[in-house]
Amino acid sequence: MKSSIADFAVISPRTLAEALASLRQTPPPVPLAGGTDIMVLLNAGQLEPGVYLNLYSVPELRRPIEVSAGVRDAGTWGAGGADPPGEVRLSALTTYADVRRHAEVRRLLPMLPLAAREIGAVQIQSRATWAGNIANASPAADGVPPLMAYDATVELSSAAGVRQVALSEFYSGYKQTARRPDELITGIRIPVPAPGSIDYFRKVGTRKFQAISKVLLAGLVELGGSREIRKIRLVFASVMPFTYRARKTESVLEGRRLEPGAVSLAVETLRTELKPIDDIRSTARYRLKVACNLLEEFLGTTMGC
Amino acid sequence: MSAPAEEKSSFVINGKSWSGAVHPLKRLLDTIREDVGLTGTKEGCGEGECGACTVFLDGQVVMSCMVPTCQAEGKQITTIEGLAENGRLHPMQESFAQEGGAQCGICTPGMIMAAVAYARDPGSAEDMREALAGNLCRCTGYIRIFEAVKKAMAK
Repeated sequence: MKSSIADFAVISPRTLAEALASLRQTPPPVPLAGGTDIMVLLNAGQLEPGVYLNLYSVPELRRPIEVSAGVRDAGTWGAGGADPPGEVRLSALTTYADVRRHAEVRRLLPMLPLAAREIGAVQIQSRATWAGNIANASPAADGVPPLMAYDATVELSSAAGVRQVALSEFYSGYKQTARRPDELITGIRIPVPAPGSIDYFRKVGTRKFQAISKVLLAGLVELGGSREIRKIRLVFASVMPFTYRARKTESVLEGRRLEPGAVSLAVETLRTELKPIDDIRSTARYRLKVACNLLEEFLGTTMGC
Repeated sequence: MSAPAEEKSSFVINGKSWSGAVHPLKRLLDTIREDVGLTGTKEGCGEGECGACTVFLDGQVVMSCMVPTCQAEGKQITTIEGLAENGRLHPMQESFAQEGGAQCGICTPGMIMAAVAYARDPGSAEDMREALAGNLCRCTGYIRIFEAVKKAMAK
């Protein structure tokens, strides 16, 4: 190991209250969940020396996935507008493996297991957490785009109280997030999409498995009776300095009928909306081209549905 | 910052209780090899790409280079040394030996742990290739490994 381990200390709180109290120290300790990012940095000598907060010692942070009542009854699905929307709640330490194993989540939020499958190997999926993927704020995060496309909300807790922040408002720049240093992500709430919504998840990487993405699109569209786009979410990873919701392109599409003209207009809008990054994994030019291709594929296949 | 002391750490490894003084952030891989003294678990890349350090932690298949020792506190760990029972190799180990699923041997302990995890819970991945995608082998070309896993699972 390149780091000197003596430069690091760990606090292992027993309760959430203890964890939140420790976050009020100056400087605040850094939350440590499954360790799949932090332990790699430690080994590479790139981890900031300091105090880390071991979340695995807090049972309250590791709860089963909750599916809100109302969606359990599959028979009421699509029976009219009166059904409660339903919600899935992940806990702070819910892992990718937890989601892949959860039959109801697979059915209600099919993009989540698709994303989970893309996160490293099964050995990493059993440790890495959705909340950690959000907090780590990598532009190449695979777990964040589908959550954002599903309009997920991040629950942030501190000793002062709890607040909810829309995931689409969570990032403001490279590694810049709405989480204050005294706050902990204690849950992720995901509304179940309207029945008949069509999703799209595609990651373009160097290999089929174990690759960090070059471009990723998570999309969700809700169509009306005459094929008009009621609502659309277009979320890109690895293209911008943070997980990016293409709001301008979404707004060009919303209210429009899904037809070839709308597709080319959307692609043209996206081409000017995105300002892709250039880095070790790919070039801005490649990313722009492929991002537009993915949008075209999403809208094209949806049109054929 | 003052150098934090090592802390007492306890877990059960291959059915035996172990406790000792370990820095809480020490990689479980290093604790297993240096403190417990079981060197069957290997280090390849140290960044979660190669799978050589694969062990079970409370029944879940993990990369031990990414687990801080403090998160193994009170848990059950199984390493490659814990698969054999009463002096008899695990069927997966037998199968690797018979089919020539090992050459230089560095990836083999992790590969077998991942294969045993998949055999126990085939629903954990879509297929065998995905289940073993996190375990790199630079010798065999994988075909004999896949044959070994298939034969062990068919039994």
